Amino acid sequence: MATSELKTKDPGIDPATGEFRVVGPGQTFRSITEKISSIVLTPRTPLGWFAYFAVAGAGATMLLVAVTWLFLVGVGIWAITMPVAWGFAIINFVWWIGIGHAGTLISAILLLFKQQWRNSISRFAEAMTIFAVMCAALFPLIHVGRPWLGYWLFPLPFTMTVWPQFRSPLMWDVFAVSTYATISVVFWYIGMIPDFGTFRDRAKSKAAQYFYGMLAVGWRGSVRHWMRYETASLLLAGLATPLVLSVHTVISFDFAVAVLPGWHTTIFPPYFVAGAIYSGFAMVLTLAIPLRKYYHLEQLVTERHIDNMGKLMLVTGFIVGYGYGMEAFMAWYSADHWEAFTFWNRAFGPMGWSYWLLLTFNLFIPLTTLWSRKLRTNIAFMFVLSIVVNTGMWFERFVIVVTSLTRDFLPSAWGTYRATKWDYMTFFGTVGFFLFMFLLFVRFLPMIPMNEIRVLLPQAKIKPKVTAEAGD
Amino acid sequence: MPAREGTYGLLAEFDTPGDLVRAARQARQDGWRRLDCYTPYPVEEAAEAIGFHRNKVPLVTLIGGLMGGAAMFSLETWISVLAYPLNIAGRPTYSWPAFIVPAYEWTILWAGLSAAFCMLALNGLPALYHPLFNAPNFRDGATTDKFFLCLEALDPKFDLSESKAYLQSFQPVSVVEVEY
Repeated sequence: MATSELKTKDPGIDPATGEFRVVGPGQTFRSITEKISSIVLTPRTPLGWFAYFAVAGAGATMLLVAVTWLFLVGVGIWAITMPVAWGFAIINFVWWIGIGHAGTLISAILLLFKQQWRNSISRFAEAMTIFAVMCAALFPLIHVGRPWLGYWLFPLPFTMTVWPQFRSPLMWDVFAVSTYATISVVFWYIGMIPDFGTFRDRAKSKAAQYFYGMLAVGWRGSVRHWMRYETASLLLAGLATPLVLSVHTVISFDFAVAVLPGWHTTIFPPYFVAGAIYSGFAMVLTLAIPLRKYYHLEQLVTERHIDNMGKLMLVTGFIVGYGYGMEAFMAWYSADHWEAFTFWNRAFGPMGWSYWLLLTFNLFIPLTTLWSRKLRTNIAFMFVLSIVVNTGMWFERFVIVVTSLTRDFLPSAWGTYRATKWDYMTFFGTVGFFLFMFLLFVRFLPMIPMNEIRVLLPQAKIKPKVTAEAGD
Repeated sequence: MPAREGTYGLLAEFDTPGDLVRAARQARQDGWRRLDCYTPYPVEEAAEAIGFHRNKVPLVTLIGGLMGGAAMFSLETWISVLAYPLNIAGRPTYSWPAFIVPAYEWTILWAGLSAAFCMLALNGLPALYHPLFNAPNFRDGATTDKFFLCLEALDPKFDLSESKAYLQSFQPVSVVEVEY
């Protein structure tokens, strides 16, 4: 048949089994271990790493400056005022949390669906989640104006006997995001314990042996331990799956529960979750493509990974497109004057450019090109596309937050919004901080789960013939 | 672990998971009970071969999750009804549908923490010292590419020379004695 002929010629397909290759051919348990552990355990840090670290560190410093000035002067240095009181802080919060969601999708949902190709990219996708959640959590905290009173968000017994108000979605957010951060860190650390054991055993320097030895908590690979470990991993994946869906749902409630036209809609939860995963996969690609090139990981993060992520972006992109379509449809179908005006204002108002930008970046460019397998496996194209989608998703949140707030019911209450340099410094500062943390992760922690890659190798299959002889 | 002296057990090294599973299954059949396998990645067949089928992690996770959910729901009810009742747009103080979201999150939080810490606790971790780390070939292989079967001295069948010969019959790469 034509399809089978086509398949055997494809370099990404193993001719022996006819299945897609997840790991390049000719790898052994030891070669994989050496490849991944040598990145961390080498005494020589590549010069390029320092160059990137300096740039990311400068970004993180900029964040420090912006936040210090904010604490000294107050949130007045940002452009937020009436009617736009949410501005960049909430746009960035939603954007960063969304980016984190693909990490959980890869590590938890694809694990439950037994998508073994995810094993190579799961670890750094989880790291991406944690650093993105750190950046996200910063924004509501500094946006409250008095961040030193941030602990008032938690139900703690104060001397004033004031308690939080649990009917507010903003309160739900506190629990959703704090649970998400905690579970992500626990899942990430538990996943790394066996790899820390490998590092402990392979480290040459005393300091590294102590450091990784402490982190490995004495892991020795007993099969009894492994079985409990596998059970715990599966349970954590099963718990993280409803969690990740609930987090962005709760965030969308922050908007949807308000009566503001453009926010008050039931499409928000699924539309936010799909958008989150869409931008998250874009960020995984933005990180994975340079990583596999600079650390020569093409055998482990293969073209199949890039291709599959492209497919997932196509799917979630269509769900996002449905969300945009439904917003436009409801603006007309609800026959609500304010809804219709808000939609018109989004597309043709003074900030209409941002709406057309988001449509171009999120729908027109990706959803027309991602159909092509040739383009999906074109690494340079996918890198550019990932940045396009990330930008588009940032503008989606900008459109939702700003255009709805600037012009609501009464024209006398209308206003405008123009971000200040402190807004930009804080936003780009978190990008720097994110990369700063990610570079530290790449240098000091196992960025590809060695134990999960070993399972994928053909040597790991136990041949029934050999075990049958045991009975004789 | 109490301080002990003498032999912890005999450690046989294998190159492939198949050899390990074959040896472990035979040892279990021959009546060995204090034995364990050490592998660089989870080998389910080896766990079954030594008779380790179930574990308590799911039960503890369930209990932890239920307790977390119940704790948060009770806290919300107590705060909203008794400790600090607020009139929010005329809603009843016991507006339970709104309490579900934080209770749901805490169910997941405590179930997840229970799963992770219960797994570590049942495994006896953290345990930075273990006699097996004394074996010369263990640390180079057990977390990289070798498969180990350990017959422990606590087993009533254990006899240093006989057990060594027994392990040799599986044609391992090596058999070494592990001291405490």
